[in-house]
Amino acid sequence: MDYQTIIVEEKNAVGYLTFNRPKQLNSFNETMHHEVSQTLKVWAKDSNIRAVVISAEGRGFCAGQDLADRVVDPNADAPDLGVSIEKYYNPLIKLITEMQKPVICAVNGVAAGAGANIALACDIVLAAKSASFIQAFCRLGLVPDSGGTWFLPRLVGRAQAMGLAILGDKIPAEKAEQLGMIWQSVADEQLKAEAEKLAEHLATQPTYGLSLIKKAIHAAADNSLDDQLILERDLQRLAGRSSDYKEGVQAFMQKRSPEFKGC
Amino acid sequence: MDFIKTSLVKTGVMLIELNRPEKHNALNNATLKQLVDVLQDLQRDQSIKTVVITGNETCFAAGADLKELAALDVVTIQQDQRPLLWKHIDEFSKPIIMAINGFAFGAGFELALHGDIVLTGENAQFALPEIGLGMLPGAGGTQRLARLVGQQLAMRWAMTGERISAALALQHGISSQICPSALTVQYAIELAEKIAKQAPLAIRVIKQSLKSIHEVTLSQGLKQERQHFVWLTATQDRKEGIDAFFEKRKPEFRGV
Repeated sequence: MDYQTIIVEEKNAVGYLTFNRPKQLNSFNETMHHEVSQTLKVWAKDSNIRAVVISAEGRGFCAGQDLADRVVDPNADAPDLGVSIEKYYNPLIKLITEMQKPVICAVNGVAAGAGANIALACDIVLAAKSASFIQAFCRLGLVPDSGGTWFLPRLVGRAQAMGLAILGDKIPAEKAEQLGMIWQSVADEQLKAEAEKLAEHLATQPTYGLSLIKKAIHAAADNSLDDQLILERDLQRLAGRSSDYKEGVQAFMQKRSPEFKGC
Repeated sequence: MDFIKTSLVKTGVMLIELNRPEKHNALNNATLKQLVDVLQDLQRDQSIKTVVITGNETCFAAGADLKELAALDVVTIQQDQRPLLWKHIDEFSKPIIMAINGFAFGAGFELALHGDIVLTGENAQFALPEIGLGMLPGAGGTQRLARLVGQQLAMRWAMTGERISAALALQHGISSQICPSALTVQYAIELAEKIAKQAPLAIRVIKQSLKSIHEVTLSQGLKQERQHFVWLTATQDRKEGIDAFFEKRKPEFRGV
């Protein structure tokens, strides 16, 4: 498969999706949307892929929407920005959050606008020390999209979320880690290796169980404690029937390392 | 061809699985007829107290069989057996629990609306796509749905064929519970088992009483409810229920 805007690689049960429009700071045009979504859809169904890494080529991670891809003639009719959100960004965020396997994001440089929020939609976000996050929308009179207004308050609390969203400041990786916006900031030269190590580890783990954890954590954002307790009961019921759980218990009894299959 | 699978899953609980996966469980005449035949057998079988109807994990039932529909003209459709088949399902006197995963479209949605209690999986989707074929739902899709969710939503859904998610279905009373899809059937069976242990005659009049709400006025309904209430005093199960309560033991109902 030939891609114009991304690099796709599969190795040791990990799917690597790398944004590859470095000159445009990996901003999204329609082709890139199609290629990213197609790749993620295939992996979502491929049981041989048990973890996914999203990263980018060049000095930036993703600058969000490619403005050159939009008509911005001040004399033209106002564009309907809802169209590309409905057609591309919203389904992309759902692909990531509903993917039944861990999705790691390795943020190598600036992640701005939708680019920041695509990263925040991932399950574990690593960022190079020199990387940064910018909710740039407010500077143009826009609203954080791609789940930004949902993820931010849940990640960092309302006070910080509001500040980030209405000031649009550039938040360096280390600050993002301190705020709880991301999992970890790492030295620039180690980002790739760290992401790979993490993904390869996760790909050997009981990934079906991990997918249930992911589901529960996401559901918790909306659920009452009562609802969540019921959901945990349901998911534990499913987990208890998995062959990975059986394998985990057997390996423990037999004092050997488990070999999980992700089912 | 067996389009329907039945299995006795618990004491008194029969599981009926629609089994035409290659056709997404489309409810052709043969399938509907088999379903009715099974239900009529179960109607007579005293040992069966409740029924669970389900499809498979990705599909409850797509609509009717379009090839069969296409073959009907305005004359032959007068002799269509389907209205009678639906009537038989409607008249089944024991509780029907619907366990719905995946698509319940057209006739599949209408079958779901024949359930007394509906449980869905998270992946359930309902729709009335008939409008896209220049038709309207023909087995209660406008009538039962409007009585359930109101005229406003029923109008919108019947005119657009829009898909209705499990969450929306729960919100508007099409279902009473959303389950993880892999657990829908299990939870439906557990519910059916709970109901199967109740006094069958009381369950029967509860079903009658609640099914009549759209047929009768409130005052007529209250009168009927009172009649059922009085009638149950003649049953031994009522006495058993009250005795067991005072004796702090579980009642053993026998359907008498």
